[in-house]
Amino acid sequence: MEFLKTSVIPHFNYWVYVILMMIGLHAMITKNNLIKKLVGMTIFQTAIILFYVSIGVKSGSTIPILEHHHDDHAEVAAADAHHGEPAESDHDSDAVNPDHFANPLPHVLMLTAIVVGVSTLGVALAVSQSIFKDFGSLEEDEILEKIKQGGAAIDD
Amino acid sequence: MKWFGLIATAFTGILLLSAVGDFARFGDPHSPANAGVGDRPSVSQYYITDTYADTKVPNIVTAVLADYRGYDTMFETVVIFAAGISIFAILRSLGGPVVPVSHPQAIDTSVDGDHQRIIIGTTCRLMIPVIQLFALYVVAHGHHSPGGGFQGGVILGASFILLALAKDLGTALGRFSEKRYLTLGCVGIMIYAGFGLLCQALERNLLDYEILHRIMPATDAVMARSHSMLGVEVGVAFTVTAIMFAIYSNLSSNGRLDHGL
Amino acid sequence: MIVPFDIIILIFLVITAVISLRVRDLLSATMILGVYSFLICLLWAEMGAVDVAFTEAAVGAGVSTVFMIATIYHTRRRSSD
Repeated sequence: MEFLKTSVIPHFNYWVYVILMMIGLHAMITKNNLIKKLVGMTIFQTAIILFYVSIGVKSGSTIPILEHHHDDHAEVAAADAHHGEPAESDHDSDAVNPDHFANPLPHVLMLTAIVVGVSTLGVALAVSQSIFKDFGSLEEDEILEKIKQGGAAIDD
Repeated sequence: MKWFGLIATAFTGILLLSAVGDFARFGDPHSPANAGVGDRPSVSQYYITDTYADTKVPNIVTAVLADYRGYDTMFETVVIFAAGISIFAILRSLGGPVVPVSHPQAIDTSVDGDHQRIIIGTTCRLMIPVIQLFALYVVAHGHHSPGGGFQGGVILGASFILLALAKDLGTALGRFSEKRYLTLGCVGIMIYAGFGLLCQALERNLLDYEILHRIMPATDAVMARSHSMLGVEVGVAFTVTAIMFAIYSNLSSNGRLDHGL
Repeated sequence: MIVPFDIIILIFLVITAVISLRVRDLLSATMILGVYSFLICLLWAEMGAVDVAFTEAAVGAGVSTVFMIATIYHTRRRSSD
């Protein structure tokens, strides 16, 4: 129980990322069906993305979109002058505290990774359809069996 | 194989879990990744504090994606395009019968006795324009709200996939034919690379948008970055739209492009 | 970031991942993978990564499910394990 409180709960996201990664890796190695292997690959990939996004979380922060004003500089200036704050928007952005916004860098890296991931999943599915056209099966052992038989036939 | 898989998984898992204890606390704002080490701040600090002054784009993720890390994003787009082309190479059977392309027309809802198709066809006829309009909004408004070229492109591609699912692949291909989507994919990358080369033509580095205020009317150096980001996002959206529909049309018809699911 | 919400979603994630790999019907496995994608999209919205959540909702839960169903339609629906 003490172990749970000191080392699991503060790092719960990291523990789950390792567990999901193990599930995905195990499926990729041991599953017999090619589509099941791809399901495992998707889970593995989301585990990596979970790790990256977890790194960028700051407690008490908000989403990485800054507050902004539209072009009505006169109105903004009047409102700000009323509160006794500098009106120039460049001064506002100097006052941004980085601790108040989530880290945007992992988000950028992972956003492209997701879209590239789905296109590579498409390539993998196309290869499996092509394998099915040639061998009539998506089970790994049956395909290996047929390759062995085909090899024997060529030798004859 | 089963035992080997179990041992390999357990080994990897134990190795990774032994490192978890050394990570910074989850959600710590002063961890090395968030705040940097010692007195050297990490690059994400700079992105948060200076993006608005540099580019006038409130959505930091879009600004980093299309401007600061534009070189990275350009080649991610090329990877997506390459995936679409490789699916074309793996699956597409060109020696088969001629692709029948039906003429663009309204979704046919008059199938006799097929009530399911009437419901689905009418719903899709109402939904698809709204989805496409939303996709264009996501692309164009990515500076100020979540969204951008990748998301908008996927939604736009999904609207064509919905049309192909509701009617059949021929109807969708009548509107967005194979020649057209391959062209659109190339055009998207050319728009992106064109912005980069335009900056080089004006004697700056590749994808250094600041200099483009010379040829853009009524912009200063800061707004030129913002507007160039929009152009780049449009290029990304073209490529992603085209490749998503290309992958679907090849996968769903097994490379023959005759009829879908 | 809301910690109880975070923990609940993460537990459900592990459950759906295990189920989608244990089901023998590939169409069900794909559907449960769609549920997994929606849960992880919820998790990212909760962690403040709205752009990533948006992408995952469009890509992971929408398009990749359709791709997998298209492949299962042209191959076999049953899996041996």
